Amino acid sequence: MSGQLADVAPTALRPRRAGLNYTPYLLLLPGLAWLVVFFVVPMLSLASQSLQTGTVDSGYVLTWHFQTYVDALSQFWPHFLRSIAFAGTATVLTLLLAYPLAYFMAHKSGRWKNILLVLVIAPFFTSFLIRTLAWQIILTDNGPVAGLARSTHLTNLLQWVQLTNNDSLMNSRFAVICGLTYNFLPFMILPLYANLERLDHSLVEAAGDLYATPIQTFWRVIWPLSLPGVVGGTLLTFIPAAGDFINSQLLGNTQTVMIGQVIDSQFLRIQDYATAASLSFVLMLIIVVIVAVYVRRAGTEELV
Amino acid sequence: MRWVRGHLVGIAGLLVLCYLLIPNIVVIVFSFNKPLGNYNYQWERFSVDAWTNPCGTPGICDSLGLSLRIGFIATVVSTLLGTMVAFAVGRHRFRGRASTNLLIFLPMATPEVVMGSSLLTLFIAMGIAPGTITILIAHILFCLSFVVVTVKARIASLDPRLEQAAADLFANPFQTFVRVTLPLVAPGIAAGALLAFSLSFDDYIITNFNASPSSVTFPMFVWGAAQRGTPVQINVIGTVMFLAALVLVATGSLISNRRARAAA
Repeated sequence: MSGQLADVAPTALRPRRAGLNYTPYLLLLPGLAWLVVFFVVPMLSLASQSLQTGTVDSGYVLTWHFQTYVDALSQFWPHFLRSIAFAGTATVLTLLLAYPLAYFMAHKSGRWKNILLVLVIAPFFTSFLIRTLAWQIILTDNGPVAGLARSTHLTNLLQWVQLTNNDSLMNSRFAVICGLTYNFLPFMILPLYANLERLDHSLVEAAGDLYATPIQTFWRVIWPLSLPGVVGGTLLTFIPAAGDFINSQLLGNTQTVMIGQVIDSQFLRIQDYATAASLSFVLMLIIVVIVAVYVRRAGTEELV
Repeated sequence: MRWVRGHLVGIAGLLVLCYLLIPNIVVIVFSFNKPLGNYNYQWERFSVDAWTNPCGTPGICDSLGLSLRIGFIATVVSTLLGTMVAFAVGRHRFRGRASTNLLIFLPMATPEVVMGSSLLTLFIAMGIAPGTITILIAHILFCLSFVVVTVKARIASLDPRLEQAAADLFANPFQTFVRVTLPLVAPGIAAGALLAFSLSFDDYIITNFNASPSSVTFPMFVWGAAQRGTPVQINVIGTVMFLAALVLVATGSLISNRRARAAA
């Protein structure tokens, strides 16, 4: 149909159309140049740095020294595992927390919808660091939260599952996971909300009419339809959480050091650029592999 | 009990909202505290000292000013470049479109430590000293992709018939763009710019890799304070930012609501 219309279009328009083909490239040029020079080139520079030997004072030479990777990984593999475990746990928790709120906002909140949306977005626009420091106040030893946890024996339970080391909540795995979950929660809520808002509520009603229990309705109707939002939200949460070190530094202890913290101190404090660059490159590879496998699996599940 | 079962989703949702808002409430409450030591962790007594003297801690307002300037420049540049890229990708078919989309997506899928450290290796290799300029380069980089995605979504949601109508009414392409397309895309550009500013203003990890001791941004000041002692002024600025964000986001949703109602 559109082909026919193009044939009918006055021939006078045609030369300008051919000329228009340069427009996308001109529009792209500055932005893509920025991305290539300051994103692609640095990645190559990072890869190169990881294979160089030398010191900060005498300078570095590219020697294809792959041993750096072996040494770095044999020393820091627990930090990689811990980062993936913490980020994975936080991602599952954000999904569990975000789902009811996103569903409520999308389908049950009525005229409160916009107010709720503002309340979810506004904290996200306030300083990440200041909000993380607030968790130090909330979880402090003689505060009300710690008192409540002690009187309900929650502290004993946390200690038993080794999320804390003693009966304080701060400076523990528990505090770090709590902080990560909190900080990345909006990244899960917003994609889920955007997805669930488009869910046709009559499908839920239809399931009810066909005698599906609420649980069946959720697993057979709502959950499968919301999968794109779930995939988007988990990626937006997992990727930054795996590289984060603000939470583990401000809320954790020496046993909760995540890989981001190691890369930061290797680069800026210890100044062992080769080791730091190799760790950074491996982190990037791990993330790319996990994301690729996850997206592919989520994609096939959607088809089933 | 029956009422609780019927409203289970709502109750769970509101509890989650509390979890999301409690740290902000704590920040506001502790901005009125008068702590005994260096750390503002323990409630002592009510005071407005920090509010009447927000620059009372050395360096805090300098770092705030630097963050605002960097945020402003990074927002302007990334919004301009990002909007151009969004129009190219959203409106044109061209060779290399798929790889362009991948190049735009990749920075968002890169952990901040990797992006910050890779830029540092580039600057080391090129012999560029870290400072305000290197921070700006980094901020424009990570804001760019988010602007592209935000503006592109808005362009994709436009009704192409509006532009066709303008052309039918003898508007030339330039007039169509300025009078029809641009006003329609404007909310997307505004949202992208707001996102860019908040990302730039809030970034610690990438900035820390590319800053020098003479270019301390506000998040770097807060980080330093967390090691030495947290002045109450940090909470004052945090409170002001939260309220400003609340007003901005609320106004934005009000305007878009009115527009939607006017269109309906």
